[in-house]
Amino acid sequence: MSTVAEKELSIPVSTGDAVKDNFLTHTRGFLTWALTLDHKRIGLMYLVGVMSSFTIAGIIALIFRTHLMWPDGNLLTVQQYNQMFTLHGAIMVFLFIIPSIPAAMGNFLLPIMLGAKDVAFPRLNLMSFYLWVTGAIFFVVGLLLTGLDTGWTFYTPYSLDSKGPVVWATLAVFVLGFSSIFTGLNFIVTINTMRPPGMTWFRMPLFLWATYATSIIQVLATPVLGITVLLLTLERLLGIGIFDPKLNGDPVTFQHFFWFYSHPAVYIMILPAMGIISELFAVHCHKGIFGYRLIAYSSVAIALFGFLVWGHHMFTSGMSDVAAIIFSALTFTVSIPSAIKVFNWLATMYRGTISLNTPMLYALNFMFLFTIGGLTGLFLGPLSLDRHMHDTYFVVAHFHYVMMGGTLVALVGGLFHWWPKMVGRMYNEPLGILSAILVFIGFNMSFLPQFVLGTRGMPRRYATYKPEFQDLHIVSTIGAYILGLGLLVALISLLYAIVRGLRAPANPWGGATLEWHCSSPPPFYNFERPPTVHDPYDFRGIEYDEKIQGYVKRK
Amino acid sequence: MLEMIQSVLPLADVNETFWFPTQASTFAKEIDSFYDILFWISMFFFVIIMVPMGYFMWKYRQRKGYQGSPEALHNNALEITWTVIPTFIVVWIFARGTIGYLDMTKMPEGDVLEIKVQAMKWAWSFEYPNSAVHETLHLPVGRPVKLIMRSDDVLHSLFIPAFRCKQDIVPGRYNRMWFEAIKTGEFDLFCTEYCGDKHSQMITRVFVHEPEEYEKWVAEAARPPESPVEHGEWLYQRRGCKSCHSIDGTKVIGPSFKGSWGKDVDLSVGRTIRFDENYVRRSILEPQAEFRNGYQGASAMPSYQGRFKEKELDAIIEFMKSLKD
Amino acid sequence: MSATETLEHSTDEQHDDHSHDHPDWLAHHFDDAEQQFDSGKLGMWLFLVTEVLFFSGMFCAYALLRSQSPETFAFASQFLNEKLGAINTGVLLFSSLTMAWAVRASQLSQHRTLTATLGMTLGCAAVFLGVKAVEYTHKWGLGLLPGHLYLSQGVPTNEDHEFGERALIWLCVLPAIMLVGFLAWWIQALIQKSTVQLRIAGPLLVAAIMYFAGVGLGRWIESDSSHAGHADHASSAGHATAHPAHASANEHGEDHDHHSSETSSSHEHEEKSFSIAPSVVTLPQANPEQVALPKFGSVPSQDVNQRGRAGLFFSIYYCMTGVHALHIIGGMVVISWLIIKAAKLQFHSQYFGPVDNVGLYWHLVDFIWIYLFPLLYLIT
Repeated sequence: MSTVAEKELSIPVSTGDAVKDNFLTHTRGFLTWALTLDHKRIGLMYLVGVMSSFTIAGIIALIFRTHLMWPDGNLLTVQQYNQMFTLHGAIMVFLFIIPSIPAAMGNFLLPIMLGAKDVAFPRLNLMSFYLWVTGAIFFVVGLLLTGLDTGWTFYTPYSLDSKGPVVWATLAVFVLGFSSIFTGLNFIVTINTMRPPGMTWFRMPLFLWATYATSIIQVLATPVLGITVLLLTLERLLGIGIFDPKLNGDPVTFQHFFWFYSHPAVYIMILPAMGIISELFAVHCHKGIFGYRLIAYSSVAIALFGFLVWGHHMFTSGMSDVAAIIFSALTFTVSIPSAIKVFNWLATMYRGTISLNTPMLYALNFMFLFTIGGLTGLFLGPLSLDRHMHDTYFVVAHFHYVMMGGTLVALVGGLFHWWPKMVGRMYNEPLGILSAILVFIGFNMSFLPQFVLGTRGMPRRYATYKPEFQDLHIVSTIGAYILGLGLLVALISLLYAIVRGLRAPANPWGGATLEWHCSSPPPFYNFERPPTVHDPYDFRGIEYDEKIQGYVKRK
Repeated sequence: MLEMIQSVLPLADVNETFWFPTQASTFAKEIDSFYDILFWISMFFFVIIMVPMGYFMWKYRQRKGYQGSPEALHNNALEITWTVIPTFIVVWIFARGTIGYLDMTKMPEGDVLEIKVQAMKWAWSFEYPNSAVHETLHLPVGRPVKLIMRSDDVLHSLFIPAFRCKQDIVPGRYNRMWFEAIKTGEFDLFCTEYCGDKHSQMITRVFVHEPEEYEKWVAEAARPPESPVEHGEWLYQRRGCKSCHSIDGTKVIGPSFKGSWGKDVDLSVGRTIRFDENYVRRSILEPQAEFRNGYQGASAMPSYQGRFKEKELDAIIEFMKSLKD
Repeated sequence: MSATETLEHSTDEQHDDHSHDHPDWLAHHFDDAEQQFDSGKLGMWLFLVTEVLFFSGMFCAYALLRSQSPETFAFASQFLNEKLGAINTGVLLFSSLTMAWAVRASQLSQHRTLTATLGMTLGCAAVFLGVKAVEYTHKWGLGLLPGHLYLSQGVPTNEDHEFGERALIWLCVLPAIMLVGFLAWWIQALIQKSTVQLRIAGPLLVAAIMYFAGVGLGRWIESDSSHAGHADHASSAGHATAHPAHASANEHGEDHDHHSSETSSSHEHEEKSFSIAPSVVTLPQANPEQVALPKFGSVPSQDVNQRGRAGLFFSIYYCMTGVHALHIIGGMVVISWLIIKAAKLQFHSQYFGPVDNVGLYWHLVDFIWIYLFPLLYLIT
């Protein structure tokens, strides 16, 4: 992973100008990357890693979407199909979405936005990264051994009977869990103790609030996943019986344990995305974020409520009516803070000065897709409707709208937004805009039909299906190809920056948060002297300067 | 109001709508109308978010000679409004969903038809009160039906889209569900909890009959054919064998019934064994004890211990004998 | 050497051009010692929270399983030796005391006390593991294994019993190698008259010896309580003994008139009775007279003594105590690291964060045991 990062990124930023010392050029050589304690380099290494995982899982998705164009699926055998959707889910969740924004973007941005030199525990940070790599290797072994076909949820007792390399996968999840815990722990401590003078809680950019809330979930929920997969591993190796009905164990207990983590994990995925979107809206509307405090509080509220709603994954599992009703009621509480955020972003646009560039288009994409994702959640929360919708394509479409339309789109938007800061070069704008449009069309074409498939009764995880569902599946597959093409265009636009992009100014967008105060790319220690901290969303006096093609602050 | 909107849209068809399959149970009406209301609520919110978004995008875009105002960062009244109104709406959604759910889970009393369901990899087996066993579900119209469901292997879930209800089947306990069909006809029944290789083929049919026809069918289903070979095939068709074993020599999941009888077969442990009555009986009652060579990777076949009577075992053996060549 | 000397020493060898006035115990990205200490402390507390949650998963599983069949738990916990558990509790409590003392010593820059108390903590941890090794292997010998490995009558064959003995020997191999290694190191340091190395090798050597002390102690109490159980059994039938399996084995012995003398070791006892116990595991329902199970209260012992029930108790027992033991081992590793740093006099009143944080960790590990002991050993 690091070799790739090095090849791509340690190219001198500019040959013409006097090369300013920055974190990319500070030291050279493979080992200075592999053993770096610098949060920015670790962030970039994570980025390369998670994007590679995403590519693999995405290609897998395209293969089985192609398979699903025909009702009796001639392309793959049912076993291959089952293994593919398992790997797609497991890689996307554990290797991509969970570490994507917190570990990759968070590592790069958090200390700079905060005005600190590094995270609180740089060695632990590097260890988290290598834990991630270890987990990824375990998954790759699982991939090579083939046959992991339990679904990413590892539901017992199927995962006990399955002939696939389940132990490799559960150990991978265990290790990745610790990677996630240590990252979260690091961020909480950094935000608590490393704020420079003047950086009060309510002067923190909203991305930091979101990351803080995310980190709390990572620290509190992930250990339970750790013990769950550990017990599952022992179950498979020794047959301890806790989740095995043949030995008086209870499979539903496994589901409770699993979702106690995996539902909050949904907020690990979406909260930092919301943080990115808040930044994008503020900066590209050149206007302070509307209702800063409400957005900040709603992040924390989502994090806390997120712990109480795991049962809604199990409404049909036969748990007691009382439990089901309580979980349903709590589920709706999460919808309110999410709705608040959407309205606040909308209000931020009002009377702003909106630059319709690539990051902003992705932010608008997010608004559209996340609104659909959130509103379709209302159909799954009520108990009666869930009896019909549960485990159908409706659920598949819903969580893709939230996870992918939310998190992935925000991540790509954030990448465009901070790419000049990361590599010191500007990406290709026309290609970026093209990619945003293609992603919009492809995404909706791929997943809107799946809502209809779901209500009509098409169950998920089906390798073959009844012929009457075929039309919608074909539309969905074509959409998936367009989506893939859009993301490819986005990648080209970003790589273009490294090859022949224009040199990026310190502040290309007119942002007011601290990362725009240091040069692009940032120097090794981020700040020569402790920065002066302002309101992160005070855009007065920040004006465009033709000479440097960027924004400067006028006194 | 709602009916008015529906009537102008193509969603109003009572049989099969754009969204839903036919309404074939008493639950369907409530589910569908609830869905429609939610659909319009969602549409309302979608529009009031998307229309201003598009408008702002255009009106406030960055251009020469336009300067936005960086004020308007806060408005208590507005923020409280968009917190409180959605709260009331979701409380209502929760309440309606819960009431509907309690109706669906409260088991009916009185004249109830109880059917025992056995889910296994990868077939369904329904046992009727007169101890007829069949792989499809047959019901009388207009009478509440209660399913007592169990699984010996992994999680399954029984889902009948036309009836708008599903329930997981958890090994180690009985799960129950009920419904009342209001329409005769033939409907799909899916397994919706991932259960391994042939999960997507764990599909069967639901037949809703007029009561007299149902009685006739169930009486007929309880009567096996006289000749042992035909009885064996009858069982083969009905008791889940056919989902993993072919009778034409092709390999599905397990070995085919055809062409092995009387021969020596290789076991995965390295022995050979004569494919005879003893071997077949043992393979049915203790399927995990030994595997044919090449089939040890095949997923677990459930044990039929206690599920076949002696006479039925004999019939299956006779059936296999008839497939000798 | 005093703390101030270390301080000056460290400021001399500035190698990092960015650390302006940073002593080498202060990482470059921190502004001052207070920020570093606060960060470390908060980080450790958060880590402890994750640890608590990690164990809470198992406590939840315990609560669920116990509520589902309380009589099984009552039955199966009889097989645990509460004397050994109590001794381990005492050992851990004492180690918490020495650990707290070590923290105080580091704050006061008392280097000698610091090394001594850390060494004592390490020794206590070793005793704990030694006793635990005896407990585990004894149970393996009795067939009290987790889940489906559980031998359903708690009456194993001769081979199983030897398996327990052999397992104990295997568990002593690594500590024995370490013992030899530390001894060699200590002698070498003695010859070289290297104070720093002596300060490190000494406590490590003591800890390795303490492991074997723990094993000895464990075996002594194990055999002692077997005798006690036997005596109890002889005096009052039906009394809940510390070791029902032994009692039942003895009962067998008496039934078949192979009763050996009081002085013979329980080991022989077991062998004799086991030789006539059935070597093939059969279900209790199938042949109720064959195995005499301990009788106590109204517990339907025949029903609970099966893989799917008693086996589950042992699953949760091994999981909880096993993960806890892994935490003890982890703690021993970091305490050894502290001893190395302490021997180099790197802790002083300005810089004692690591000792403080490891102390917190050690108290938590102790604290978890305080919960495990009654929940597992003292059910009846």
